[in-house]
Amino acid sequence: MMKGGWFRVYTLGYLIFLYAPILLLPLFAFNDATVIAFPLSGATTKWFEKLWLEPELHRALKNSLIIASCSAVLATTLGIFASRASTRYSFPGKAGIMGMIMLPLVLPEIILAVALLAVMLGIGLPLSIFTVILGHVLVCTPFSIAILSAAFQSLDKSLEEAAYDLGETPISTFRLIILPLVMPGIISSLLITFTISLDEFIMAFFLAGNENTLPVYILGQFRFPQNVPVIMALGTILVCLSIALLATAEYFRRRGIAKTGGKDTGGFL
Amino acid sequence: MTLAADKPTMIEFKDVHKYYGDYHALRGITATIKAGEFFSLLGPSGCGKTTLLRTIAGFEGISSGAVMIDGKNMEGVPANVRPTNMVFQSYAIFPHLTVAENVGFGLRKDPRSKAEKAAAVAEALEMVGLKGYGARAAHALSGGQRQRVALARALILKPKVLLLDEPLSALDKKMREQMQVELIKLQRQVGITFILVTHDQEEALVMSDRIAVMFEGEIAQLADPETLYRRPNSRKVADFIGTMNFLPAQILSEHGGKVEVDAQGFGRLTLNADQVSSAPGGTGASIGFRPETLTILFDGQTATDRESMATVEEVVYYGDMTYYDIKLDGTTEAMRLSMRNVFGRPVLDIGTRARVAWAPGALVLFR
Amino acid sequence: MQSRGKARFRGSEAANGLAMISPTALYATLLLAAPLVTIFLYSFWTDGYLTIVHEFTLQNYIDVWSNEAFRAVMLRSLGVSLAVTAVTVLTAFPVAYFVSFHVHPSKKSLWLFLITIPFWTSYLIRVFLWKVILGYNGVVNSGLMGLGITDEPVTFILYNVNSVIITLAHAYAPFAILPIFVALEKIDRSFLEAGRDLGESPFMTFIRVTLPLAMPGVISSVLIVFIPTIGDYVTPLLVGGPEGRMVANLIELSYKKLDNYPMGSAIAISAMGIVVAVSLLFLFLNRRYLKGGK
Repeated sequence: MMKGGWFRVYTLGYLIFLYAPILLLPLFAFNDATVIAFPLSGATTKWFEKLWLEPELHRALKNSLIIASCSAVLATTLGIFASRASTRYSFPGKAGIMGMIMLPLVLPEIILAVALLAVMLGIGLPLSIFTVILGHVLVCTPFSIAILSAAFQSLDKSLEEAAYDLGETPISTFRLIILPLVMPGIISSLLITFTISLDEFIMAFFLAGNENTLPVYILGQFRFPQNVPVIMALGTILVCLSIALLATAEYFRRRGIAKTGGKDTGGFL
Repeated sequence: MTLAADKPTMIEFKDVHKYYGDYHALRGITATIKAGEFFSLLGPSGCGKTTLLRTIAGFEGISSGAVMIDGKNMEGVPANVRPTNMVFQSYAIFPHLTVAENVGFGLRKDPRSKAEKAAAVAEALEMVGLKGYGARAAHALSGGQRQRVALARALILKPKVLLLDEPLSALDKKMREQMQVELIKLQRQVGITFILVTHDQEEALVMSDRIAVMFEGEIAQLADPETLYRRPNSRKVADFIGTMNFLPAQILSEHGGKVEVDAQGFGRLTLNADQVSSAPGGTGASIGFRPETLTILFDGQTATDRESMATVEEVVYYGDMTYYDIKLDGTTEAMRLSMRNVFGRPVLDIGTRARVAWAPGALVLFR
Repeated sequence: MQSRGKARFRGSEAANGLAMISPTALYATLLLAAPLVTIFLYSFWTDGYLTIVHEFTLQNYIDVWSNEAFRAVMLRSLGVSLAVTAVTVLTAFPVAYFVSFHVHPSKKSLWLFLITIPFWTSYLIRVFLWKVILGYNGVVNSGLMGLGITDEPVTFILYNVNSVIITLAHAYAPFAILPIFVALEKIDRSFLEAGRDLGESPFMTFIRVTLPLAMPGVISSVLIVFIPTIGDYVTPLLVGGPEGRMVANLIELSYKKLDNYPMGSAIAISAMGIVVAVSLLFLFLNRRYLKGGK
């Protein structure tokens, strides 16, 4: 028996459970039948071709890409401030402030969504992709902080002091020492928050108004069984894209750790 | 280990106090450090030695008093413009840069040409014994190599003062001893003031021209290594530096600087003024002596000075040395005594009666 | 002296830290704290036609809690969340244990990466595919019938609470695994050797040493799964069927369909209150367990 024995068998079984839906996805995306069920009836690429003929989808995709890009940049920027503050300084009320910022990680999203909706309508802010961005930044920032804190944590304080000691100002120290060392973490944060925003449904559902994002569009299509195979094709592409983004993010995260000479202690969270 | 007293003052602490909230970290430090001196701040962890070093570098502000470097008050002068450079305890080698980029880091605003700077970097690397290492990645270096890079990086800027914060504590024993010698040589070569923070008394004794022993934010004694070792001014300093035995004593009379005492195990003695510690020590007087100042006399040997009888209570064999715990007749506590293991000399057994030779000049009186 | 004290604060660590965190803190205050306070206030106001009547009233809560249908949904949501939490944490523990104790350190982050990937990929489509897996002509039924275990497709696994639990357990698996893994990683392996050395069996060592030390991770897992699941919207919608509706669907109904914000807010606040109460109860029980263990 290999190391780990039954635990290994169990974990492999668990991984199959985790991956089951993702593994089924391409089967139906290439299946030549409108009904999403077994047995499969033959291979086709027509569902992928149909993706080109859906203007509504293209519009939703464009919205999602804009939202995801903006949210990633904003959330990562806010994440840099917060993780730098929390890893480098001690200040009064730190636990409370950080707790509030990290709250969206556990708060049911629907409550956040309706609360934001109430406020935005209350102050007369029209719902648009802008309001979705505001919501997504809120959801993405805690993830960004989780990633960036690890990057800032591995930064030895004496590195900064050494740079001051050798004649640099605080600003040039940030540019020459801190930024290069946390850059892999920043890239990793950008990619992951982009992925989260691209996939986020509830906020967009409540805050997008008349606009569609990709997940909102997808949910709408589930009501029409004849459109579902196209969604399977779309999903296959999205899953491949997400995995590519995440793998890149993981690559940068590891490179960041290697760069600062730290020890790899685990995953994203 | 000669100190030219006429050398100019490089650093002066004038009644320096430092508070962290309610915590009083530095309690009125007043001292001067001469130019070209190898000076050590020695003390247990938490005694304020690193804080004091960081007030010179400019990483810590002070609450009151003044820190002067080369005659200038450093109040309000930030770390990046002070004429000091530091070797950090963790070395703080920038992991994303090469060795040469690390060493040349402080030369960014230097007006010299690229080629001249590169030559300066190469020279600095050669000085610390890392010739040809310039292109290596910093994170691939060993501990000893990092230490050398940190030294080269600081020295290339030709600071007036080099600050070393426990620079050898991360190295293994062999490497540490080797680096101690190299640092002394390097200091002589460049001739600038070195200030070393250490908790290792042996390291401080080996390397320094003068040592300030610190306890709880205060300098307990500031002296050259020999004075510190032979004439500690308090039991606390004596305890911290090496091993010292203590026996209770009674002061009988004092006149003309000479002190007459009655010490347990030694009897009536007259001590010179320099053998009497200045700092009051609290409960009762005691006589102190180092383990190597007592000698066991073997058959046929006679004492050149005084002689007492003792019983061997414990024997600890160290290879080159043997440590004996002996009880002098008329005492209640065992004292530690060390003997070099000269070829052919027997190691005594527990319970053996022994004659012990000692000299009044090796004793110190603590009040 | 006064001005010097001020100057010192300006350059001090606390001031720098507060200045550094202020953009993020401000954002969270405006877009998180303020909205939460708003719906809290809304829940005590009344919905007039096209306007909100700003008068304090408990009527929304009375209406909500006197409604039997609501109570049923709330109870079901709580039950589903607790079931999902139990299932997820119990099934996740061995996975975290395996990765922490039996995987070579250099391979650990690869395993964690594999575990987290499904979590980040197209939530909606994953939920939909569970419908396919659990459905009448789905994977499970094809398998069961193909193997001759049943003659007819089983139906108790779709459009009810069971399917909601399975789907949510799948969705929150990485959330449960990671905190437990982190806690297990922190355990000094010599503690376990000491446990064995002092004469305990591997199983008893696990019970007396590993489990109490892993408890903080288990607690985080429980809370991080329990709190968000109670507000999940998509899963009940897609795989829950009429008898699988949860509180999020009610909130959505009040806000989007009925346009009754005070009512929706009262439901949301009620749900949050219950979540907080259960979480506190759980923390309290855990403290008792850890104390009792000693």
